[in-house]
Amino acid sequence: MSLNNQGRSTSPGNARTTGLATISGDHGLDHEEKLIFELGHGAIGVDLPDVKVPDDRLGGLCRKKAVGLPGLSEPEAVRHYVRLSRKNYAIDAGLYPLGSCTMKHNPRLNEKMARLPGFGDLHPLAPAVATQGALALIAELMRWLTTLTGMPAVAMSPKAGAHGELCGLLAIRAALETRGEGHRKRILVPESAHGTNPATAAFAGFTVDEVPAKPDGHVDADALEAKLGPDVAAIMLTNPNTCGLFEPRVKEMADAVHAAGGYFYCDGANFNAIAGKVRPGDLGIDAMHINLHKTFSTPHGGGGPGAGPVVLSERLAPFAPLPLLLHDASGFRLVEHPEEAPAGAKPFGRMCAFHGQMGMFSRSLSYMLSHGRDGVRQASEDAVLSANYILASLKDVMSAPFGDGPCMHEALFDDSFLEGTGVTTLDYAKAMIDEGYHPMTMYFPLVVHGAMLIEPTESESKESLDRFIHVLRELALEAKAGKTERFGGAPRLAPRRRLDETLAARKPVLRWKPAPLRDAAE
Amino acid sequence: MRYHPLTAQDRRDMLAKIGVPNVDVLFRDVPKEALAPLAAFDLPNTQGELEVDRALSKLAARNIASGNAPSFCGAGAYKHHIPSAVDHLIQRSEFLTSYTPYQPEIAQGTLQYLFEFQTQVALLTGMEVANASLYDGSTATAEAVMMAQRVTKRGKAILSGGLHPHYAETVETVAGLFGEMQRAPATPGSAEDIVALIDEETACVVVQSPDVYGLIRSLKPIADAAHAKGALLIAVVTEIISLGLLESPGAQGADIVAAEGQSIGNGLNFGGPYVGLFATREKFLRQMPGRLTGETVDAEGRRGFVLTLSTREQHIRREKATSNICTNSGLCTLAFTIHMTLLGEEGLSRLARLNHAKASALADRLSKLKGVELITPAFFNEFTLRLCKSADNVVDALAVHGILAGVPASRLGGADDLLVVAATETATDEDFAALEAGLKEQLS
Repeated sequence: MSLNNQGRSTSPGNARTTGLATISGDHGLDHEEKLIFELGHGAIGVDLPDVKVPDDRLGGLCRKKAVGLPGLSEPEAVRHYVRLSRKNYAIDAGLYPLGSCTMKHNPRLNEKMARLPGFGDLHPLAPAVATQGALALIAELMRWLTTLTGMPAVAMSPKAGAHGELCGLLAIRAALETRGEGHRKRILVPESAHGTNPATAAFAGFTVDEVPAKPDGHVDADALEAKLGPDVAAIMLTNPNTCGLFEPRVKEMADAVHAAGGYFYCDGANFNAIAGKVRPGDLGIDAMHINLHKTFSTPHGGGGPGAGPVVLSERLAPFAPLPLLLHDASGFRLVEHPEEAPAGAKPFGRMCAFHGQMGMFSRSLSYMLSHGRDGVRQASEDAVLSANYILASLKDVMSAPFGDGPCMHEALFDDSFLEGTGVTTLDYAKAMIDEGYHPMTMYFPLVVHGAMLIEPTESESKESLDRFIHVLRELALEAKAGKTERFGGAPRLAPRRRLDETLAARKPVLRWKPAPLRDAAE
Repeated sequence: MRYHPLTAQDRRDMLAKIGVPNVDVLFRDVPKEALAPLAAFDLPNTQGELEVDRALSKLAARNIASGNAPSFCGAGAYKHHIPSAVDHLIQRSEFLTSYTPYQPEIAQGTLQYLFEFQTQVALLTGMEVANASLYDGSTATAEAVMMAQRVTKRGKAILSGGLHPHYAETVETVAGLFGEMQRAPATPGSAEDIVALIDEETACVVVQSPDVYGLIRSLKPIADAAHAKGALLIAVVTEIISLGLLESPGAQGADIVAAEGQSIGNGLNFGGPYVGLFATREKFLRQMPGRLTGETVDAEGRRGFVLTLSTREQHIRREKATSNICTNSGLCTLAFTIHMTLLGEEGLSRLARLNHAKASALADRLSKLKGVELITPAFFNEFTLRLCKSADNVVDALAVHGILAGVPASRLGGADDLLVVAATETATDEDFAALEAGLKEQLS
């Protein structure tokens, strides 16, 4: 089987048909489900009046051709999406150990709060008098974020982690230009960084200079300091880093970059390991995004929506993008135009329409109020404790590249324990699917060979952790004992076997087409 | 704490297994002076569901929800009725609490609805391919401009004066790093002569229709003029339901469509989360930003879906990626897809006609008032009125009486006497009467 550089399969491998052939093609609770375009007929799922409209006010641009959408009734549509849902793994259904992704419990109170009509049904451009409660909620969330991070300011509008990174780097860019040092174009990024870091730096018009990792998994602080110079705009570090380790020399690196005239951007993806225990402001950072969908548990929703507010140091705060939230005698109000900005503020621009991910703000404030400062601290401690428990319980059968620990909130293993077994990281992870688990993050970080990054979060009971550990132990022991049958071609018990990614990329089929069009395309 | 399963005994047992006396030993890499005591955080402690519910409900009650008032605000976010099935289905745990579908064997639910979503968006916009969503319409527009810069290897973008100003500012902030952004002055109620601005350095022209003042714009002549100079036409749509009644941007020659999908399936949410729609021509596929879902087969030959063409993306290409986007709007795309499935061809057409009929009736009614002039000759469900007074003051005064009269153009960088008014299928005759009476009183 061939692998792409993420280690994901690019061809199906040694497949073997398994299972009972049924008359329907369905398998118990697992139903084969067509596309809506194949299910649709003349039905309709809404009752709306069939009004006729004259076309004299449509600028001569009335639609001439049908869109081509299928028609389904409500019961058909509901069944379709319920059946699809059952083909997904979810944190509500089982431990979801994706390192760096933070799949923790999503409390349902948060869903209820976000749907209160005063938040969920509130228009973003309703006048200030109609939105005081929403603005107060944002202000309260800002207080939590700045207090937990020990930072003076926060920009709320970024819509996800990568968007927050962009916001932070644009603030740095604006600060440099104001200082007359727009020539500083180089950003130092560790090779262990998440892919969004170099992508964002390039996107914001900077060049990326990679900093190596040391054999112990920490960023090589000496190499970083050696790379500093008058053309360096910033360093971009993740702390705790993507190997699941806290950078012990973080303060020293911060001081060095400041002395060299640059800024310190911290990727806050792993803030959930230290929230309520360590204030990033005390470490000398200038900007850090906070993934509300990780640390503060807004649901991942199959890939979003997220939210990525960015806390800013005193030096960067004036450059925060529009809108700004102000409070004065008449209450809260939004500053939406640069000319209305208060003295000293020099907003670098705007990240998006309106004011950010309100639906994520209400959910994460609900999470914070529920936890309280003590609960947030306990969550961090339990996340770190659980990851170390996994590391301690598996290090004798799997291989931990950076020794006995301790780690922070995620336990990193490499594939040296599989050496000579013929089993790859991918096979090992896919075998977990047959055991009822979502695989861990594989082949990331890139600094470790065949990486397996496990993040249990604070949401698992000890019993759940023990079961998980037992399964991983037995799999490792079987692989080492040469009992490799269950690995090749796994999974066998999922709704699908391994999928042919090479075919998907070579002949992209990105939408359904009616049969004659499909045939013509082939 | 109700969300933490570990008991004190569990923690002691786990620490014993690890071989450390207490949890702080696990934080030994943290510099001592950086470990903050609990008292350093001036924040409250744990609270029960009841207390949190009470506190947040109190804040929510201080706002005027669109459903609780005659509401005519639009300008890029629209109040529509969402079928009950939509919110129930998106709260299925398997959708709500799953991650990006990196393990396709156990994520076919997400992948298949994304494939359906891509097809719906391509059909609706009249384009060949669509991605699996971006954050919202404004960021999708910025991505579209940067894609045009890559495709044409030119920097300059011409932004129509009818483009939502938040969108224009978002584009300027990001794409402005890579070329000149030339914004045409706004001409509320009429189309500016944007064709005259296109030259050989132009990467793209960005035109919104219906525009931020509600005006329906003809794209074909602009597309032709852009193409003649080697530039692309980016069509922006902030009210996606309009495409149920209006000619698609694809049929009018657009090269990229960037749109806001909030109107289908997604609530107002005070501005987010929304769902960015992004569609283009097949020939630009590899320059496209964002996630893509593709059809393939599994090891047993059964149809299945995977994320594909990821060599464009940040987790593979790092600094050479087409975009830095990682998370998209997964759950909002699901809401869009389910609502669109319930509508179907006929439902979408009816919904679009109903919107136009409502807005048309309201425009007729309000333009009869003294001190009110309708300045939008062609519109879908939103139009602009010129008032004899400051629209901002009128809106504030009516809000005190529980009427959300619309968006004053001054909030959109426009003239003080203009009011942008939207009427969707949710507006009733009583709502119309309330607005009419309110305006009459304020303008007399």
